[in-house]
Amino acid sequence: MHEHDENDYNTEDVTLSARNLCRRYGRTLIVQDIDLQLRRGEIVGLLGVNGTGKSTTLRMLTGNLAPSSGNIEICGYDLLTQPQQAKMHLGFLPEIPPLYGDMTVDAYLLFVARIHRLDQTEVLDALEQVKHRCGLVEHGKYWIKTLSKGYQQRLGIAQAIIHNPDVIILDEPTVGLDPNQMREIRLLIRELGKDRSVVLSTHILPDVEMTCERVLIMHQGRIVWDRQLTELRRQSIDLESVFMQLTQPQSH
Amino acid sequence: MAAVIFRKELHTLFYSPLAWLLLALIQLVLSWFFLLQLDAFLELQPQLRQLSNSPGVTETIITPLFAIAVIIFLMVTPVLSMRLLAEERRNHTLVLLISAPIPITDIVLGKFAALLSFYSITVVLMVVLSLSLLAGGKLDYGLLWSNVVGLILIAACFSAVGLYISSLTAQPALAAVGCLSVLLGLWVIDWFGDAAGPVRFLSLLQQFRQFNQGLLDTFSLSYCILFVITFLILTVCRLDSERLYG
Repeated sequence: MHEHDENDYNTEDVTLSARNLCRRYGRTLIVQDIDLQLRRGEIVGLLGVNGTGKSTTLRMLTGNLAPSSGNIEICGYDLLTQPQQAKMHLGFLPEIPPLYGDMTVDAYLLFVARIHRLDQTEVLDALEQVKHRCGLVEHGKYWIKTLSKGYQQRLGIAQAIIHNPDVIILDEPTVGLDPNQMREIRLLIRELGKDRSVVLSTHILPDVEMTCERVLIMHQGRIVWDRQLTELRRQSIDLESVFMQLTQPQSH
Repeated sequence: MAAVIFRKELHTLFYSPLAWLLLALIQLVLSWFFLLQLDAFLELQPQLRQLSNSPGVTETIITPLFAIAVIIFLMVTPVLSMRLLAEERRNHTLVLLISAPIPITDIVLGKFAALLSFYSITVVLMVVLSLSLLAGGKLDYGLLWSNVVGLILIAACFSAVGLYISSLTAQPALAAVGCLSVLLGLWVIDWFGDAAGPVRFLSLLQQFRQFNQGLLDTFSLSYCILFVITFLILTVCRLDSERLYG
């Protein structure tokens, strides 16, 4: 595990670093001993069966849930003691996009830009850029509730990246999309990952194979696998069979 | 940052026809009541004049007007406050606010201020209505302003309770019912208030009665302010506890 840690790790390149994350509900440990370091320019796929603690982990990484122990740093700011500074470098698309149906696309994105502390001067530029990037240029005046599922998903991604965060966390961004939309979103994620860190949690293995460089597999609250995809390809191991093997009930 | 939330809340509030409808309805009821009182006053005026210390136009028209407004606010609050946080939770948009770099205090203050500003519109219209009496006489400004201060303070108390109850659930309807019960509870305490001494101090409407009579009582003033602060802090704690335990 953690082979890539041996590569020369420039600390300036680390955007997100989580150490010994644990979360318990009552006496049950949902997530334990998560150690994770993300570098700039890295797209990480997070895989795991349902109920394995993926969402709990993502909620902790985005400040929606306090870890029972361990700490999280985003761009050098501790998420627990300096939450405002840390969250400025973070973009999050939850499983269900957080959209206000009775706002227009423009009004919504402007609101999101403002709550992420963009200056009045930057806000309009950011709006144009993000609409261009997510293919929403023509939809500025639309009510969000009238958008189709695919456009709502794009808007969900747009709200996660409008403030140009260094860490982007996407929870199942391609669910419910048609193949064309999936392809577009994958391209977008690849492009975003060039100068940022992206975490992509998904059940769709081809999503990971086509966009990510690094794969994490979670099982029963732990990270049981952390490899570069290139390494897999070199050894011609199939991601699906690895996944099946690692996530069998009582596999470890 | 609270200002951003405030603007967004106002936008949501006045995007729906509900707020406009309520504003119009409240205004209709208040103006109707105002005219009835004015009518009664004009009828009674010859008799009133014979009294040595006769009640003026402010006491006979404006005081009852503000007393009615409090009851209307009590009934309107659950409708307006129910969606403030419950709907954010139901639509899964609370995650957006929590993941953004805004303190929870700012979220709560922004929403509270938006609701209070709705009431302020009504109060401003009531003041304009009252000032229209200047056409035919003089006003007791002291009494008018103490009523205005009292009504805004009580509206702030109602809003704080409504916001807190909205933070407890993901069902706006449930929040509305809960809010109405609590506010009615405060109302009923007032009925029992005359008999049992200490309970009387707890009643919000008892506090308003002081302002209504033109008394800027320090106890009532501090009671209302503490009441608002308590419920706002409770709301912040409730939202934060979700992060810690939920």
